Amino acid sequence: MRVMVAMSGGVDSSVAAGLMLEAGHEVVGVTMKLRDTTAEERAGRSASCCSPDDLMDARRVCDTLGIAHYVVDYRELFRQTVIEPFAADYLAGRTPNPCVRCNDHVKFAPLIERADMLGIDTVVTGHYARLDTDASGRRRLRAAVDAHKDQSYFLFGLDQSILKRVMFPLGGMDKDAVRAAAHTLGLPVADKPDSEDICFVPDGNYARVVEQTVAEVPSAGPIEHIDGRTLGEHGGVHRFTVGQRKGLGVATGERLYVIGVDAPRGAVTVGPRAALRAGGLRASGCNWIAGAPPPPGQRAQIRIRYRHRGVAGEVMADGERALMRFDAPQIAVAPGQAAVVYDGDVVLGGGWIERALAAPPVEGPRTEAAS
Amino acid sequence: MAFRPHLRRGMSIYLDHNATAVPLPAAADAAAAWLRRPANPSSVHGAGRAARAAVERARRQVAAAIGGRPSGVVFTSGATEALHLALGRVPRGAHVVASAVEHPAVFGACAARGVELTRVPVDGSGCIDVAAVAAAVRPDTGLVAVMAAQNELGNVYPIAEIARAVAPVPLLCDAVQAVGKIAIDVTTLGAAMVALSGHKIGAPSGVGALYIAPGEPVEPNIIGGAQERGRRGGTENVPGIIGLGVAAEHVEQRLRAMAGVAERRQRLREALAGLPEWVEHGRSALPNTLAGRVDGIDGDILLAAMDREGVHLSSGAACAAGGIEPSPVLLALGLAPAAARGGLRFSLGPETTDEDIERVGEVFVAAARRALAVKAGARARSH
Repeated sequence: MRVMVAMSGGVDSSVAAGLMLEAGHEVVGVTMKLRDTTAEERAGRSASCCSPDDLMDARRVCDTLGIAHYVVDYRELFRQTVIEPFAADYLAGRTPNPCVRCNDHVKFAPLIERADMLGIDTVVTGHYARLDTDASGRRRLRAAVDAHKDQSYFLFGLDQSILKRVMFPLGGMDKDAVRAAAHTLGLPVADKPDSEDICFVPDGNYARVVEQTVAEVPSAGPIEHIDGRTLGEHGGVHRFTVGQRKGLGVATGERLYVIGVDAPRGAVTVGPRAALRAGGLRASGCNWIAGAPPPPGQRAQIRIRYRHRGVAGEVMADGERALMRFDAPQIAVAPGQAAVVYDGDVVLGGGWIERALAAPPVEGPRTEAAS
Repeated sequence: MAFRPHLRRGMSIYLDHNATAVPLPAAADAAAAWLRRPANPSSVHGAGRAARAAVERARRQVAAAIGGRPSGVVFTSGATEALHLALGRVPRGAHVVASAVEHPAVFGACAARGVELTRVPVDGSGCIDVAAVAAAVRPDTGLVAVMAAQNELGNVYPIAEIARAVAPVPLLCDAVQAVGKIAIDVTTLGAAMVALSGHKIGAPSGVGALYIAPGEPVEPNIIGGAQERGRRGGTENVPGIIGLGVAAEHVEQRLRAMAGVAERRQRLREALAGLPEWVEHGRSALPNTLAGRVDGIDGDILLAAMDREGVHLSSGAACAAGGIEPSPVLLALGLAPAAARGGLRFSLGPETTDEDIERVGEVFVAAARRALAVKAGARARSH
């Protein structure tokens, strides 16, 4: 088989390339240039995924493996489909997930088109997720064997036409096995640390990225308690995300969390942790991997953010929209995040959280533990 | 013919001679022999004398290839250093005129020296208006830089005419792509300085030269020993220089081969004409260069597609790491960035055969058609 491996310069995609080569496939490596180098990166003070060092690492890995390596320029596409919507989400009081968007718009469909142009059959990535084919010939997306590394959450937006063309060779491996394979393959990145941050927010300061991206930075506005009091002023709604506890800049003696962000009014609502409880959610922009929504009332595990373990519940899907109810209330259902629906380890699909649904009232007094 | 297709392995076809030529076996052998000897031309003993004699022989060979005097030849690490050396005579703060399509080394040297630069534009086919170059000259202009032949397009510029038009301001001529492809005679060129590169004519990389016409000043920019008559410090790259001398000696033979190269280039041009989307860039007067794009398809895609077929092309200059910025030369032609990203360059050499061209024509047209079909399909799906 002829395969194109999307190579970030990290250990995972490098091992993916090495394993495909060992399996006897004809392999070429491709590195997507997604953004311009930052001043910090040029000075060598900061490095994250897609830095010039990573690009050179990918090239070194390909040289080590003896395969061709090409760079593709997706800076404009990445800016339009990932960074700008990321900033727009924060401005709208939502908490975006740029990695899902990147998979939906940048990593797969454009690379498959490029593969087609080169007469290459399959696009391979270093994602920790598994793919198989069900009895009816449809592709199924499943969680990785290594639950800690599992990235299937980020892939819920892929459809059958994409999934038929991709492979995730690391889905059955744990991280230690991947590191060991990197050493066995003699890859120069075998001991390179993992990158956990969002690639274009290497220092975690997402508010600054928003400010650098948008034409008009949101102005100050009130911080309001859910009980109606105004507690102070904030420096712009883009600095807040539902569930956030730190950096509120108000002191009332009570432990406060961001409960909601009202972007049109420029207001941030805070309250006790109990006020973050949600009994379910409404989602839009849903994708169902099998090509059709699950039957009404489908029992499922629902994950409301990447590191969320999942909560049992049921799903009522209606075209691109869905209503999801949790068996047990969940804390911090943040609009803008993805709600991904699993049946066991099979990803049924998911959608973007529009709003949280109120949780049933709590009976009796109760003390919230710090999270 | 001494040329042998050393780069051809299996089915691979090398059509990137403007990036680097196929090494000349005689040059490689001569250089290799000097890799095995102690050879410091500054030493007074016998080994030093032998090295000095060999270097001076190479100097005569290089001078002869361009019709110059041996004393005018300064060996450098390559053309980039030669261009920097040439810019050294321009005082800080002075003014330099350069064509908009010069090699980045010229612009880099100007920036490094803090000189004010006027870039004279080229027209849509890459041609230079001599009068525009002359008009850009000011009283404080210290140097005019125009290349003899454009590396990405193959355009050849009227250096003698430009030299006359800008006189008495000295002209720096980057002749890297011209040497070995068209006749270069410094006595009629009229340039004060001429830069050339070894590896573009079959010598090893890492060696080049600046030719300085009699009476022209030069300001060394590598200060060390008194090597190269005080014009370039540092122990000479003896093996490289010997290789360059041998390659220079073969320039005449190379030039004789260019008639055949031009025929093959024409055959390639005819094959590509079968593709309605093929658009030629520039007006190549070098016999070996053919530049253009398949309208709507990024050059890097076809570069990769051809690489997979064992055909080695360039999407423009080879220098940009990863090669993802649109070529400044194509932008200078007035192409939109999207069109400039389509840029591809076929550059043939004396080793290129009729069979190579036949196969490249077929493979390229097929690859371009496939890419166009995929793109048309993707567009249809998205509407």
